[in-house]
Amino acid sequence: MGHHESNYEPKWGIAKWFDERLPVARMVSDQFIVFPTPRNLNYWWTMGMVLFFFLIIQLITGIILAMHYIPHADMAFNSVEHIMRDVNWGWLLRNMHSNGASFFFIAVYIHILRGIYYGSYKAPREILWLVGVVIYIMMMAAAFMGYVLPWGQMSFWGATVITNLFSAIPLVGDSITQFLWGAYAVSQPTLNRFYSLHYLVPMLLVAFVFIHVWALHVVGSNNPEGLSVKSSDDTLPFHPYFTMKDMYMSVVFLTIYAFFVFYMSNYMGHPDNFIRANPVVTPAHIVPEWYFLPFYAVLRAIPDKLGGVIAMFGAIMVVAVLPWLDRNPIRSLRYRPKARFFFWLFVIVAMLLGFLGAKPAEGWYVTASRILTAYWFIYFLVIVPLLSKMETTNRRMPGSITDAVLGHHGKISEGAQTASSGH
Amino acid sequence: MSVKNTLASFAVALTVFGGIGMAGAAEKAGEHHDKSHVERQNWSFSGLLGSYDKAQLKRGFAVYNEVCSACHGMNLLSWRNLMEEGGPEFTKDELKALIAEKEVPAEPNEEGLTHSDEDGSRLMRAALFTDRMLSPYANKKAAMAANAGALPPDLSVIAKARGIPHVADNSEPSAWYAAPFVGLMEYGSWIVSVAKDVTTQYQEGGADYIYALLTSYAEEAPAGVDVGDRSFNYVFPGNAISMAAPLGTLETGAEADKEANKELHAKSRDVAAYLMWASEPHLNARKSLGLKVLIYLIILSGLMYAVKRTIWAGVKH
Repeated sequence: MGHHESNYEPKWGIAKWFDERLPVARMVSDQFIVFPTPRNLNYWWTMGMVLFFFLIIQLITGIILAMHYIPHADMAFNSVEHIMRDVNWGWLLRNMHSNGASFFFIAVYIHILRGIYYGSYKAPREILWLVGVVIYIMMMAAAFMGYVLPWGQMSFWGATVITNLFSAIPLVGDSITQFLWGAYAVSQPTLNRFYSLHYLVPMLLVAFVFIHVWALHVVGSNNPEGLSVKSSDDTLPFHPYFTMKDMYMSVVFLTIYAFFVFYMSNYMGHPDNFIRANPVVTPAHIVPEWYFLPFYAVLRAIPDKLGGVIAMFGAIMVVAVLPWLDRNPIRSLRYRPKARFFFWLFVIVAMLLGFLGAKPAEGWYVTASRILTAYWFIYFLVIVPLLSKMETTNRRMPGSITDAVLGHHGKISEGAQTASSGH
Repeated sequence: MSVKNTLASFAVALTVFGGIGMAGAAEKAGEHHDKSHVERQNWSFSGLLGSYDKAQLKRGFAVYNEVCSACHGMNLLSWRNLMEEGGPEFTKDELKALIAEKEVPAEPNEEGLTHSDEDGSRLMRAALFTDRMLSPYANKKAAMAANAGALPPDLSVIAKARGIPHVADNSEPSAWYAAPFVGLMEYGSWIVSVAKDVTTQYQEGGADYIYALLTSYAEEAPAGVDVGDRSFNYVFPGNAISMAAPLGTLETGAEADKEANKELHAKSRDVAAYLMWASEPHLNARKSLGLKVLIYLIILSGLMYAVKRTIWAGVKH
């Protein structure tokens, strides 16, 4: 994968035999042990490992839950309660899985915002960024279909609202929607296929995570200075430095996660989802899971159905094309004060949109959603490209990562020398 | 200093302008505003160390058994659940006595019949521990017919299916210029309320709501409000509720029967706790394991941090 030369030398005969046939140990050594990583990475760079942990948690708990769950419109709700009540440790598995989805999104949002802040999408990392966007969209699909499975009121009506979005497409909209449903409304066939796809999408996601890591290991990590690695002084081997740092942060994340799993298990869900799905009773407010709320607010901000759908998907797509909207050579916003200001404004706007997404679409909530939606698009389509042209130099920028770490030109400490060249 | 001053004046401005908008909203909401508010109660099962009070669950079950079960079933529970750990924990003999007179629809008899040959009535048999706590009605239609068209919901997960809103919606402040202030205030109070929930591990919205509902029946609907055949309840959405006051109405005025009021509150509390247990039967196990897991993870985090520091010591980064 990476550009650096392999320095793996099998010590035993059997290892050598294996290495000549299937160099797995060499790959692990090259990519996850000696892999040169910028020494100045801060804690915002630990989310990759955190996400990996949550992916594993979701897969393991999900596979076990699937052994007890029944994808039938009459039995799904009760089978989930059966898991919560009668399956040994079922309450733990289910709480881990449902809260795991939320924490997956918390980590991925930090990961994405870190990428935007430090310019991790810029050359040569465009493909890495695009693969990341694909993973994010797959996560959304998996999470949405997973939320439908308990077949509560929010499951049913959430599925109805979201699948109906496709009916806005001219000419073929209705056909597509009926194809998704497998019927003329959200019903048994819909639930059954969502279950199948909820199992499939994470498998594809795992494949894309491999591609994401592969793309990362071709170009190497970006870093808070946004400078490219120039010498071996700029880097440290991945193990033990970053394995340890990442694992520490993963445990911190798991602690907060455990707090929710054990003490606030239902907090991030909606009480209405403990009411069995009822096609003839619409809940007072249909609200998606919290991680979709900003996009839901964008959807409802546009008074036209097709327009709303385009805006919602557009809100994600503008993020995907960010590498081509921002061609500024300076990656890190550390050295772009103007862009930094508008970035933080964007973060606040996204959070306010999330708040508005949970509110009924009426009165000033709609007005505010429209203003904030406008900012979302103006930020990506106007502000970012403009600043990309304007803010191209910064005198404070250090010459290299090593310079930035030391604050001046000079030799780095002896321990670090050994560490970076010792393997 | 100047930052502080700016913040302070901003806060004052928010309060003043926000107040104008809020006042308009409060006027609209009318006089029942305070009575419709659901108070957060202090439950034995709240918080990090919370667990069910067995005696309370037993009393709550008694209320369910004597009152609620006349119309509501608890289809996800079996009688055996009442003796399991973490619940009311009735003894085997107590439970036997409790279900001695319960009957459930019988399986087909030797002749393959489920209904009596003579009068067509459903054949019944004595309930077993493994039987579900069924609704008294044969089906939904029978239940609705017996309740003037309203369907008494199954109560198995009712305490999880109800909650209390974080912050009341106020989509139409009195004037457009108040909207940004009302909005920021609403957002602010929402954040405060989430922070409060997290620090108190608040998950008892359902129990709080049930308790409030059962104690918020009005003796008479307020003047000018017509609820038809239904009852007026201050906390029920829309106020007109099909369920007549099951445990009585709170008496007001000088001649109020204080003992009756006290009993109403006590029974409502107990049955709300019982319904919470029915919704979350493993809460005791969850919270006690949770504490151990949290302590373990916090210590592990500390150790991991120490190792990380040691490894990175002497490396500039």
